[in-house]
Amino acid sequence: MSGLLIDNISMRFDLPNGGSVQALKNVTLDIKSGELLSVLGPSGCGKTTLLNIVAGFLAPTEGQVVVNDHAVKGPGPERGMVFQQGALFEWMTVRENVSFGPDMKKMPRQDSMKIVDRLLEVVGLQDFKDKAVYELSGGMQQRVALARCLANEPDVILMDEPLGALDALTREKMQSLVLDLWKETGKTIILITHSVEEALLLGERLLVMAPRPGRIHKEYRLPFAEMGVGADLRAVKKHPDYAKTREEILAMIWEMEEEIMGRTEESA
Amino acid sequence: MTGLILLAVYIAIFAVSMVIVAWATKRFFTRADFTSLKTVTFGDESAVKANRAASVISVLAIFALWVAFTNSSLPLFKAKGPFEGIVEFTYTSTLPDGRSDDATVSILVYPEDVQLTEDANGAPGKIPNKPDVDLGEGFAKNDTLVIPRYGSKLISVFQNDEFKKSDGAIVTHLNGQALTPGEQIILSEGRLALTEKGTPFFEPSTGFRMARLYLPAPEVTTNRFLQLNREGYRNFTLLEHTWASLQRVLLGFIFGALVGIPLGYAMGLTNWARGWFDPIVEFMRPVPPLALIPLMIIWFGIGETSKVILLFLAALWIMAIAARSGVSGVAIAKVHAAYSLGAKKSQILRKVIIPNSLPEIFTGARVAMGVCWGTVVAAELVAAEKGLGMMIMVAAKFQLTDIVIVGIILIGVIGFAIDIGIRKLEGWLVPWKGKV
Ligand SMILES: Nc1ncnc2c1ncn2[C@@H]1O[C@H](COP(=O)(O)OP(=O)(O)OP(=O)(O)O)[C@@H](O)[C@H]1O
Ligand SMILES: [Mg+2]
Repeated sequence: MSGLLIDNISMRFDLPNGGSVQALKNVTLDIKSGELLSVLGPSGCGKTTLLNIVAGFLAPTEGQVVVNDHAVKGPGPERGMVFQQGALFEWMTVRENVSFGPDMKKMPRQDSMKIVDRLLEVVGLQDFKDKAVYELSGGMQQRVALARCLANEPDVILMDEPLGALDALTREKMQSLVLDLWKETGKTIILITHSVEEALLLGERLLVMAPRPGRIHKEYRLPFAEMGVGADLRAVKKHPDYAKTREEILAMIWEMEEEIMGRTEESA
Repeated sequence: MTGLILLAVYIAIFAVSMVIVAWATKRFFTRADFTSLKTVTFGDESAVKANRAASVISVLAIFALWVAFTNSSLPLFKAKGPFEGIVEFTYTSTLPDGRSDDATVSILVYPEDVQLTEDANGAPGKIPNKPDVDLGEGFAKNDTLVIPRYGSKLISVFQNDEFKKSDGAIVTHLNGQALTPGEQIILSEGRLALTEKGTPFFEPSTGFRMARLYLPAPEVTTNRFLQLNREGYRNFTLLEHTWASLQRVLLGFIFGALVGIPLGYAMGLTNWARGWFDPIVEFMRPVPPLALIPLMIIWFGIGETSKVILLFLAALWIMAIAARSGVSGVAIAKVHAAYSLGAKKSQILRKVIIPNSLPEIFTGARVAMGVCWGTVVAAELVAAEKGLGMMIMVAAKFQLTDIVIVGIILIGVIGFAIDIGIRKLEGWLVPWKGKV
C-alpha cells in the first residue's frame, strides 16, 4: 500500500447566477498508509468537498487524487465512506447492510457471514444481527455504518462527521471504537469533524482548513490518538498539551469565523 | 326540507354521541396508554387516533337515518310517514240560480310501490280499487278515486253530477269551508285546494320519508341484493358484473404499472428519458381519464379493449410520476455509500433505487387504483355489456333505485377493500415506511 496523494487540487463551483465559488484552492496533501488524519475548519471551508473528491463523487476542476498509484476516476471499494447519518439501507437488516460490500463482490455466503459476525462483534452489535436498522438507536446505526464500511476491506476510510449526530456519551464511546479499530486494522482514515476535541483525540495528524478559498491553514502532529488507543479518553484530555493545543486551535477557528462574519457584514 | 331535517338530526347525533361516549369513557375506563397521558393532543397529529366508537356510531347513525327517513318496515325509530288510507271530504256545488248541494269525495291513498312488492304468496301487489260509495242524494253526486302516496290529483267532481261546469256549476266550499279559486285547506291527511280554474285538487301529505323511487328502504335494498345474487341482472350475475369491472381495473392497472414504473425509473435516472417523456407526462397528467372515453370509443370501439386501454392510460401517468419521484427521493448518501461499497449501476438500481422508491410506488398504486376504479365505472356508464357501472346506468333508466344503490354500495366496498389490500401489502413489503 502506498497511501493517498492529494495533488494540487482546486475546485470551483459554477453557480446558476453566473458567479462561482472557489471551494478549494491548491490543496496538496500526502497521506501515508495507516495514517489517522482529522480535518477541522469553519463551516463552508470545503471539507466535505475535499472528501467527496477523494471518494470520487466529484471531479476536481484542477489536480488529481492518487490512491495506490492510480488516479481516482470515480468511487471505488478501496475507499470506504462513513456518512453522518441516513446512509444505511432501511430495507435491509443489520446483517444485510454489513454484508453489502461482500455481496456486491459475489462473495460466497458463508465467507461473508463470517466477516459480518466478526465485525458485528467488534462493534458490539452481535445481538442485533437480524434487526431492521430503523429499530436501532442513532449510535447503533453509526456502528452498523462503520461495520459495513470495514466489511468491504477498504484501504482508506473516509468519514464526514460520522459522530456529529450523536449525544456526548455515545460519541465518546464511538471515538474509542474508532481509535481501537484504527490501531487494530491499520487503515488509513480521514475524518472530518466540527469538534475540536474530536479532531485532537482522533488525529494523529490534524489539518486546520481556512475558507474562501478553501485551503490548508495549519497542520499539527499530535500524540493523543496514540495515547488514546485502548485507554480512557478522559485521561488523555487531562494532558497539559491537550488543553493548550485545543485553546490554540479554538482561537484560530474563532478568528476565521469572525473574519467570515465581518466579511459578510461588509458585503451586505 | 327533508334534507335540512336530515342534516340537523345527523349533526345532533354527532354531538350528542360524542358527549355520551366521552362521559362513558371517563366514567368506565381508566387512562392507561401513553397517548392518553399526553396533555397536548389538539395540534399533535400523532396523538389523534380514530375513535372506534365514533366509527361504529357513525355507521349505525347512517343506517338509522336510512331507516327513519324511508318507508322501511324495520321496527326502529321512524320519521313521520306519508298519509296512507282513506280520506273523505265534502264539496259544495253551487249553480248560477243559487241552488247548492253537497257531495262526498272518498280518496284511497295507496303505497306508490305496491306493484313492486309481493304479498305473502309471492304475487306482485295491485293498485287497489276505488272505495265503494253510493251516489247519494241531490244533484251533486259522491265521488271516489285512488291516489298513490307522494302523488296528487285534480278531482273532476262534476263528471257524475247532474249539473256540470258547462251548466255554470262551481265548487264554492270544501269541507263546508268557503273557498275561492287559488285557496287551500291543510288537513292532517294532506292538502286540499281549489285550482285557479276552480277544480278541487288533493295532495296527500308526504311526511318526511322519502319515496322508494328516491331512496328505497334498507330491507328493500338488501332483498334486491339477494335477488341480484340469485338471478343476476341483464344476463349476468352480480358476481360477473363485479368481476367484469374488477378485471378491467386490474388489467389496466397492471399494464399501467408494468409500463409506467420503468418509464418513471428511466425518467429519474437518465437525462434523455427525462427530457423526452417530461412533456408527454406533464401534458397527459392533467387530462382526466374521463375526457379520453370518447376518443377511446372512436379508436377502439366500445368493447373490452377500449376500456382496458383507458384504464391503462389512467394508471400509466400516475405510476410513472410515482416511480420518478421515488427515484429522486433517494438520499444521495445512500447511492454514494453503495458506490463506495463497490456496487455497479445495475446493483445500485436493484439494491438501492428500487427498494427506496417502493413507498412512493405504493402511494402511487393506491392513487392509481382509486382513479382506475372510478374511471371504470364511468366508462361502463357510457357503454358496456356488463359491469357495475353498466348495471347502475341501466337500472337508473328503469328507475330501479334499489339496484343503483346496491351498485353504489358495492363500488364503495370494493374500492375500500382494494385500498386496504394495497395498504396491507405495503405494510408487509415496506415496513420501514415512515420510520426513518
Ligand atoms: N454543489 C455545490 N454547488 C455550489 N456550491 C457548492 C456546492 N457544494 C459546496 N459548495 C460550496 O462550496 C463551499 C464548501 O462547501 P463544503 O460543503 O465543502 O463545506 P464544509 O467545510 O463541508 O462545510 P460544513 O462544515 O458546513 O459541512 C461552500 O461555500 C459551499 O457553498
Ligand atoms: Mg461538510
